[in-house]
Amino acid sequence: MNITDRLSHGLDAPICLTWELTYGCNLACVHCLSSSGRRDPRELSTDELFAVVEELAAMQVFYVNIGGGEPTLRPDFWDLLDYCVDHKVGVKFSTNGSRITPEIARRLATSDYVDVQISLDGADAATNDAVRGEGSYDVALTAMQRLADAEFGEFKVSVVVTRDNVDQLDDFLALTKRFGAQLRLTRLRPSGRGAEVWDQLHVTDAQQRSLYRWLLDHPTVLTGDSFFHLSALGEPLPGLNLCGAGRVVCLIDPVGDVYACPFVLHEQFKAGSVRASGGFTAVWRESALFTELREPGSAGACTSCGSFDACRGGCMAAKFFTGIPLDGPDPECVHGHGEAALLAGTGARPPVLAGHSHAGRRAGPVAVAIGRRPA
Amino acid sequence: MTSYTLHPQVGLRDEKFGALAYHYGNRRLTFLNDDKLVTVVRSLDQHDDVDEALAAAGIPAAQWPAYRVALARLVESEILREHH
Repeated sequence: MNITDRLSHGLDAPICLTWELTYGCNLACVHCLSSSGRRDPRELSTDELFAVVEELAAMQVFYVNIGGGEPTLRPDFWDLLDYCVDHKVGVKFSTNGSRITPEIARRLATSDYVDVQISLDGADAATNDAVRGEGSYDVALTAMQRLADAEFGEFKVSVVVTRDNVDQLDDFLALTKRFGAQLRLTRLRPSGRGAEVWDQLHVTDAQQRSLYRWLLDHPTVLTGDSFFHLSALGEPLPGLNLCGAGRVVCLIDPVGDVYACPFVLHEQFKAGSVRASGGFTAVWRESALFTELREPGSAGACTSCGSFDACRGGCMAAKFFTGIPLDGPDPECVHGHGEAALLAGTGARPPVLAGHSHAGRRAGPVAVAIGRRPA
Repeated sequence: MTSYTLHPQVGLRDEKFGALAYHYGNRRLTFLNDDKLVTVVRSLDQHDDVDEALAAAGIPAAQWPAYRVALARLVESEILREHH
């Protein structure tokens, strides 16, 4: 059995997991996976966060990807970082950069166990701010400068690839290198508020093909295995090329609910809660949902496709939120099967829920379309 | 005489397929897909050199060259380092 097959049957503990600490955010990005904005009064308390860290340490989870919302808005965020480090649970946290003061940057630079990921969705202010909001580009670059000044080393700059920024990949790379950082690219998912803008912002077929070639030419650019559906184009991309949902990764949301992955914050993919007896460990090892995900799945509609071994049907979340059956093709299938499935309109898309979005502050799809000024 | 030890910044977690090794410094994850290799890696500190560790783990001499290569790769990826 090769490593991908073994991993698809699941591990006793996740390799890493995403942990969203709060639904509170001072931005209102149009593609937010968790529809964040306002804090939720039911969010885990500091003591509950610490108890989760103790579980993760006991399970030997090497590191967590902390996000939100904007995780640094939680007053106990820095205490949680220390608690993780003290328990040898490494942390990579995603931030819009707004709380990275020069002092914080210097403090972050002192620990090997802490990594920082700044979100940026355009190589120039106009492209970025159309998605992340006015002024967010300057905030992100200021944070990057402060990390560089503090000699943090290789922090990450994470970009959600869209139709509007996919032509800027070389610019992103040059920009991140200027700050001694590493570029990370991820796929736009039709999840959360992303469902509202996906039709307009997801990359075109031609763009996918040039993205694939660019990724092959730049193997050191990180992707978190985001684009494994593109491996159906030929040579596999670096990485495991597998959907790790509930098998090697999962997500803990701000109120302690555990989902299969960061892109499926929906009742159907909720495995349990860290607040239930048995905690996170029981959810990971015993939940019905994760057990089912670890069983060999059928190739479904993709059975007769010669590329199935390469793409394995693509991303579960992308299918679910575009109304394609889970055993159907990925909506961005490189052979066009997804597009055909979307046109056939066999399934209804699940309704987009407002979640914790700020009332009236969201940049809607129209704002995106007209908000992009020539650079 | 070659002698290795687990890198101090590396965490090792046993798995059904072998083990996962994570380096907290360079943040890279490495798969060790062989139970016997994991046994050798875990025992390196108890032995004066690699060959002694291989013998103690019951690795047939014919396979030693392959294991030496595998261990050298783990040094390259900073999972192990030379023992001084």
